[in-house]
Amino acid sequence: MATFLSREVCPTIKNILLLDSEGKRVAVKYYSNDWPTNSAKLAFEKSVFTKTQKTNARTEEIAMLENNIIVYRFVQDLHFFVTGGDDENELILATVLHGFFDAVTLILRNNVEQREALENLDLILLCLDEIVDGGMILETDGSIIAGKAATNSNMDDGASLSEQVNVKWLYAFFPFLGRTVCFGRRE
Amino acid sequence: MAQPLVKKDDDRDDEEYSPFLGIEKGAVLQEARVFNDPQLDARRCSQVITKLLYLLNQGETFTKIEATEVFFSVTKLFQSRDIGLRRMVYLMIKELSPSADEVIIVTSSLMKDMNSRTDMYRANAIRVLCRITDGTLLTQIERYLKQAIVDKNPVVASAALVSGIHLLQTNPEIVKRWSNEVQEAVQSRAALVQFHALALLHQIRQNDRLAVSKLVTSLTKGTVRSPLAQCLLIRYTSQVIRESGVNTQTGDRPFYDYLEGCLRHKAEMVIFEAARAITVLSGVTTRELTPAITVLQLFLSSSKPVLRFAAVRTLNKVAMTHPMAVTNCNIDMESLISDQNRSIATLAITTLLKTGNESSVDRLMKQITNFMSDIADEFKIVVVDAIRSLCLKFPLKYRSLMNFLSNILREEGGFEYKKAIVDSIVILIRDIPDAKESGLLHLCEFIEDCEFTYLSTQILHFLGNEGPKTSDPSKYIRYIYNRVILENATVRASAVSTLAKFGAMIDSLKPRIFILLRRCLFDNDDEVRDRATLYLNTLGGDGSVVETDKDVKEFLFGSLDIPLTNMETSLKNYIQNPSEEPFDINSVPKEVKSQPLVEKKAPGKKPTGLGAPPTGPTSTADTYERILSSIPEFTSFGKLFKSSAPVELTEAETEYAVNVVKHIFDRHVVFQYNCTNTIPEQLLENVFVIVDASEAEEFSEVGSKPLKSLPYDTPGQTFVAFEKPEGVPAVGKFSNMLRFTVKEVVDTSTGEAEDDGVEDEYQLEDFEVVAADYMVKVGVSNFRNAWESMGPDFERIDEYGLGPRESLAEAVSTVINLLGMQPCEGTEVVPSNSRSHSCLLSGLYIGNMKVLVRLSFGIDASKEVAMKLAVRSEDENVSDTIHDIVASG
Repeated sequence: MATFLSREVCPTIKNILLLDSEGKRVAVKYYSNDWPTNSAKLAFEKSVFTKTQKTNARTEEIAMLENNIIVYRFVQDLHFFVTGGDDENELILATVLHGFFDAVTLILRNNVEQREALENLDLILLCLDEIVDGGMILETDGSIIAGKAATNSNMDDGASLSEQVNVKWLYAFFPFLGRTVCFGRRE
Repeated sequence: MAQPLVKKDDDRDDEEYSPFLGIEKGAVLQEARVFNDPQLDARRCSQVITKLLYLLNQGETFTKIEATEVFFSVTKLFQSRDIGLRRMVYLMIKELSPSADEVIIVTSSLMKDMNSRTDMYRANAIRVLCRITDGTLLTQIERYLKQAIVDKNPVVASAALVSGIHLLQTNPEIVKRWSNEVQEAVQSRAALVQFHALALLHQIRQNDRLAVSKLVTSLTKGTVRSPLAQCLLIRYTSQVIRESGVNTQTGDRPFYDYLEGCLRHKAEMVIFEAARAITVLSGVTTRELTPAITVLQLFLSSSKPVLRFAAVRTLNKVAMTHPMAVTNCNIDMESLISDQNRSIATLAITTLLKTGNESSVDRLMKQITNFMSDIADEFKIVVVDAIRSLCLKFPLKYRSLMNFLSNILREEGGFEYKKAIVDSIVILIRDIPDAKESGLLHLCEFIEDCEFTYLSTQILHFLGNEGPKTSDPSKYIRYIYNRVILENATVRASAVSTLAKFGAMIDSLKPRIFILLRRCLFDNDDEVRDRATLYLNTLGGDGSVVETDKDVKEFLFGSLDIPLTNMETSLKNYIQNPSEEPFDINSVPKEVKSQPLVEKKAPGKKPTGLGAPPTGPTSTADTYERILSSIPEFTSFGKLFKSSAPVELTEAETEYAVNVVKHIFDRHVVFQYNCTNTIPEQLLENVFVIVDASEAEEFSEVGSKPLKSLPYDTPGQTFVAFEKPEGVPAVGKFSNMLRFTVKEVVDTSTGEAEDDGVEDEYQLEDFEVVAADYMVKVGVSNFRNAWESMGPDFERIDEYGLGPRESLAEAVSTVINLLGMQPCEGTEVVPSNSRSHSCLLSGLYIGNMKVLVRLSFGIDASKEVAMKLAVRSEDENVSDTIHDIVASG
């Protein structure tokens, strides 16, 4: 019991969802046992999608559903969601969403839409893997996440170097991204 | 980007471009054979793994055999030196979560990667291996993990730390051995490493309070780099504060300064975490709260919805306990009502309803109406509850609030939601006399089109009790009779009872009611016909001998004074032992078992039971009245004027718990002692209280009612009655001694006791009858009108010095409690920092004398409080008495 409580003290992510414009899965990752079966997961995705569908979430938006806090953001036909418990710090969830969103934007070279996402699904799955590990937040900086995921396949050893190169290259193309990763600072 | 616009129109085309279109499990599993090729095509393999992951992600499952097959072929891919492919292999292994005997296959490959020169490999191999490993393997790799924790590459260190957090759940004894390394990692310069290390260190030490306290003490003084780690530290700090409890009498809370300092942190995440932590400190003071509220208020006007939501949600919670602290944010909160995000708007509204003042009610209601349709039922119920308490706070505003309730009653909604609205209206009708007529009409309109039988019957019952007392009762008949024509049997039966009540109360309506009741004789439901016949008989509609008026009314309105559970047991006994004799209701014991009195639900109104709906919410006053009237000795005392709140006469946790309720009658007072026996081994018999009234000269004891037996944990009551001069607010002090016979309980499970008992007594605390006991709190909806119409004939004005006081609010509430009157129009709330305050009170003094009081307070720099008291009443003696109360208080 004590172990369980202490786990609660740590910021915990319950799931990260990337859905398309009809609420279908592009990539999802669940870290909590709140939704034990695939049908429970699908039902949750459906209710999240329906509840948020009407909103125009160009920037981070937020909603409560079944005692969960959901932060979300939509771009074109892609819907990004991050879910946490109802006593979670909303801004932490938002930071995770931000990291995920930035990383995907970098990976898709600013062409954030469903088809592009599916064509780069391997990279998106790697992204998810680098953001959260079993509910624990691993990394929240979008460019670092993208850097880790998009390691150039042609390079062998010395990958850490190639990461640096890669990130630099991405920044050169998308200077605006520098700003977006600063979520959480006072303006 | 015009592209998506076009796309939306032809989704079908779009789908054809999907790289996974027409993907099928069997085919992909076939494709997976490429993993076995001697010449690996890394690109091709990556694609196949992606396809497999896609299938898993879509919810597809692999059979055991399929999974094993895939797993084995995937392990072959470790031969490839392609980084991208290796990453996919890691992912795939984690997804497949192989069994223990399969894990062995990849262990050596993963361990090799763990020692690779490539940091990316090392970090990922650690995470994969820790995910799939079991205890035995863990001891083999422990050495590497310890090294990894203090690795100079932050990604590797984080991977090891996070894996440690997961492993702690399954192999705590191993992970605990790493605490030196983890401790070192806490000092890391890499932000996230510090965060992960802190989380792990705390989890390792969580059962050692002292260690946690030390950790917090050292870190709050040091530097914590990442905002996430700072948030963690704030959470740990609040934990330490909570466990250390209320500290020294200086009022300084340990670590509060640290939390307050975090409010000035550069990251919003940390500021918010700290503000939130402060608001939930146990027993938080206004002074501690203010800086947190201030930053939250800033967040309210942020451009980011997440920030606004977080702030308003926290303030909403604060408003439940400290409404005054949140009032400063009201203006910012009001602008949030029109927020695009409905969650934020709902939270803002419910917060405002908790903190709002009278002048803002109308505006607020207008804004709420617009958005009610947007939110879910559960939220609506919250809003309805908030509106009800608001209405009770500002009775003057009942009109707009009642209108609002009736409007939402007409809209779509589920049972719980509708019930909340109906309950609210019923409570408002009871507590605000002016609201009665309009409220009843709203309810009438509602039952015209109500799909819930339960609500219809409840409303009909309520209508029967309240309707006849209104100025024009006949207008309700139409609504009620419509039910008889249109509804199901349960509702029809209910409506028949309601019609009968109108007939019994109002003679002029009787002939017309009879016509309606006679029509009900042809109903096709037994219960409806039975009821109609019964009422026609009792009311004399069929020309037979009419029972006395009193009996009829008692039959119709009197509630069943027998606890339903007792009734049920008696009836069951009767059925089991058939006899020729009819069931005698007087044979049912009336003593209440096992339930505390106040929680007792009002019993159904008729012995026939069926269709008798539970009545609306009953006040405790009703319960008391019923108890007292069931005791023959007290029936001659007349109408109960007031019952006080229970006064505890024993300390908590003593052998016997006793409290007293003072019932005031015109010429008598009755003390009701509620006793509870908390010793399982004892049965008390012949329990009574000896009251010494030597310090209450005007009272003389006239009778008492002992309690026959008081078993363990079953509350019982004993009564003592006193006579006092009529209409005079006699005061005095009473000392009490509880007397009883103790019997040892032989068997605690059955409560069986020995035959012989010992007499014993138990000293109770003293209590007083004070002037406020003769004052009933009765609100007026419009104080100014009431004040004007009362006239200045018996007005008495005087000024008092109250001496130095803690605060103005404290002085105001002291005077209100002293007088025992109802504060009107929310004037009992004193805005913080104000130097003067006016308070309006109203009440009903014994002898049914209306009393209105205007209080004006002022406080000077030395906290000296002065008060002007103006009283208006219907009798100059009463006005003088009020001044006497204040002067002697």
